[in-house]
Amino acid sequence: MAAGVAAWLPFARAAAIGWMPVANCPMPLAPTDKNKRQDELIILNVSGRRFQTWRTTLERYPDTLLGSTEKEFFFNEDTKEYFFDRDPEVFRCILNFYRTGKLHYPRYECISAYDEELAFYGILPEIIGDCCYEEYKDRKRENAERLMDDNDSENNQEGSMPSLNFRETMWRAFENPHTSTLALVFYYVTGFFIAVSVITNVVETVPCGTVPGNKELPCGERYAVAFFCLDTACVMIFTVEYLLRLFAAPSRYRFMRSVMSIIDVVAIMPYYIGLVMTDNEDVSGAFVTLRVFRVFRIFKFSRHSQGLRILGYTLKSCASELGFLLFSLTMAIIIFATVMFYAEKGSSASKFTSIPASFWYTIVTMTTLGYGDMVPKTIAGKIFGSICSLSGVLVIALPVPVIVSNFSRIYHQNQRADKRRAQKKARLARIRVAKTGSSNAYLHSKRNGLLNEALELTGSTDDEQHISKSTSLIESQHHHLLHCLEKTTNHEFIDEQLFEQNCMDSSMQNYPSTRSPSLSSQQGLTTSCCSRRNKKTTHLPNSSVPATRLRSMQELSTIHIQCSEQPSLTTSRSSLNMKSDDGLRPNCKASQITTAIISIPTPPVLTPEGESRPPPGSPSHATNISTASSNIVKVSAL
Amino acid sequence: MGIQGMELCAVAVVIMLFIAVLKQFGILEPMSMEDSSDSDFELEAVRHQPEGLDQLQALTKFTKKELQSLYRGFKNECPSGLVNEETFKLIYAQFFPQGDATMYAHFLFNAFDMDQTGAIRFEDFVIGLSILLRGTVHEKLNWAFNLYDINKDGYITKEEMLAIMKSIYDMMGRYTHPILREDAPIEHVEKFFQKMDRNRDGVVTIEEFLETCQKDENIMSSMQLFENVI
Repeated sequence: MAAGVAAWLPFARAAAIGWMPVANCPMPLAPTDKNKRQDELIILNVSGRRFQTWRTTLERYPDTLLGSTEKEFFFNEDTKEYFFDRDPEVFRCILNFYRTGKLHYPRYECISAYDEELAFYGILPEIIGDCCYEEYKDRKRENAERLMDDNDSENNQEGSMPSLNFRETMWRAFENPHTSTLALVFYYVTGFFIAVSVITNVVETVPCGTVPGNKELPCGERYAVAFFCLDTACVMIFTVEYLLRLFAAPSRYRFMRSVMSIIDVVAIMPYYIGLVMTDNEDVSGAFVTLRVFRVFRIFKFSRHSQGLRILGYTLKSCASELGFLLFSLTMAIIIFATVMFYAEKGSSASKFTSIPASFWYTIVTMTTLGYGDMVPKTIAGKIFGSICSLSGVLVIALPVPVIVSNFSRIYHQNQRADKRRAQKKARLARIRVAKTGSSNAYLHSKRNGLLNEALELTGSTDDEQHISKSTSLIESQHHHLLHCLEKTTNHEFIDEQLFEQNCMDSSMQNYPSTRSPSLSSQQGLTTSCCSRRNKKTTHLPNSSVPATRLRSMQELSTIHIQCSEQPSLTTSRSSLNMKSDDGLRPNCKASQITTAIISIPTPPVLTPEGESRPPPGSPSHATNISTASSNIVKVSAL
Repeated sequence: MGIQGMELCAVAVVIMLFIAVLKQFGILEPMSMEDSSDSDFELEAVRHQPEGLDQLQALTKFTKKELQSLYRGFKNECPSGLVNEETFKLIYAQFFPQGDATMYAHFLFNAFDMDQTGAIRFEDFVIGLSILLRGTVHEKLNWAFNLYDINKDGYITKEEMLAIMKSIYDMMGRYTHPILREDAPIEHVEKFFQKMDRNRDGVVTIEEFLETCQKDENIMSSMQLFENVI
């Protein structure tokens, strides 16, 4: 029931009194309105813009946000109004829906923003009124296409990382020549040979000078051998290409049924049939006919040209219009041919010998060709002939704009897709930069945070101010969240370059990585429990290396700070400092450095390059270290 | 023979084309078609504003707030201020989706449109509602009699009653239980007349109607049913 009509319900009920005297049985009791209260105005404050409406207006649709008790969540006690922090422009449409019962979709609004608002207010988009439904559906479809396109491209990009097998690579090379240089070369070579083949076919028939005997020979017969060689070469290339495509196709059956492969087959068949049939004189006539099919090679160009494909697709989609054109033309031809025949019957030596013979005249006239080989001579014939040519123009002109508009629509769609693809790289790069930006911010803040804490503990406050103010509250909360995740999973975030470096290093140098498990116990003792567990369990180079790398970087940073406090050990430290400044180091050196941390308080026990046997006294060392240089433990326990 | 026939045809075709061209120039004007939309336009162009709130309050038994709420609903559905029969039928039909409410709406329309102008103004609407919802039982019964008396001559004949009954049964639609028989309205009318027509003269006068209804408990109680609609 429409919302407006609901206002007339009291009237309809009142009018029911007209049935009462006629009724024979008692009436049922009327429902009582328990919460009968006076209709009141509700203020809806949407981002500062105040809308007011009656409460009953909103309660017409009790399964939406505004119509149910859900809106109480947004009630502001102080101002006695409902506050929504949403778009006031779209809210206008939504409130109108309550008022009039019809939901409209404004054209200037972005489709995804609109959808979000609808979802927020609990309104289904299906109830959009007929006036706006088409527009809404079109925009939604475009948006979905765009999303699918992006998703596909992302998948493709990610999919290129894992290696495809040979067959799949070949198929991709065939379908998309820009993937590799080899594919591009192949593409151009086949294009060249198609051109050569077509030109050969054409030049074959040109008269090429005379042979003694005053007979003009076409070039094909004069240089028969040369042309034959050319033809053979082209056909061989085409055959090889076809077989390769057949091999690489993911679904051979579907490939064989596709239009392009049929064209390929039809293009090369005449040659082979000719090879087989040269000795048989009877079918040489048919053989000559087969040569006509060689012209189909020109259609192979449609793989190389997108415009040709669009044209073909347009013709296919305009099939009904073309059919109508044909039908109306046929009707007109038959009508006018009959009329002309009977009009010209009387005149002597008339060329209009029969109605089918008049067909030719009608077609030539209606398409305004006017060859002039058949001309009407009687007055009636001339009158009808002129009517025929006038109507021909009309009949042909009618369906053509439909075909043209179809072509234009498909062409623009294609252009849009191309534009999307061209901008896709920029778009995805933008998205990627944003993503890495946020993750880099986290890593950066983590390092800053370590320095921060260390500085705090060592008492230097001036640098601390400098670093701590760089992150806002939201950022720090976000970073805290990421840190909790790290702690939960016992893994850490690092940036891409480090990761790839680690991959390379670990594959190159397995030796130092094997040291890491043995060192891990020592490192673990000086670091928090979680990281210790991390080190012991992860023996895979890839996973441990980043962890050790970053931890080592942490240690490096602590060493860096430490050096300022304990100048007595500067000498050994300085070398370490220099190494720490270099940043990216293979695993072995990093572990050496960390060993050195432990060894410093007791230099004679462990040498920097010493064999890493967990000394029995290391727990005590650890505790010593933990008390003496509690900074280290604390920092690592972040 | 054939040649002359064809030439005749050719000449005829030429003349027809000539006439078509002349028509384009407006020299030969064909019979122009009446614009039927003019009559409709008249009603649309007319707007009606109701009497002031105070006068209406004096005429009816509604409070100001009730009148305001009624007018808002009225104006929403009929922005021009006038309800013509078509709109009225449309609105009323929305409440009875299963059946055909047009005939009953027609009778209702005539009952509301007291001065027979062909359109219900807000005053008519609200006066009628005031009787139905806030009037005495006597007034309500009067109104009902007015509704049944189609030609407003003071008597309800069997034909009038049959028409009313049929329209009420039409609103039920096809899908009823038990199945609606053809003679159900007729039977109902018979029962009604048996009850109401005291002197068996084939018509029901207002006095007979009032008398019978006041004696019938069912009817009296049902009259009070819609007191609290607004």
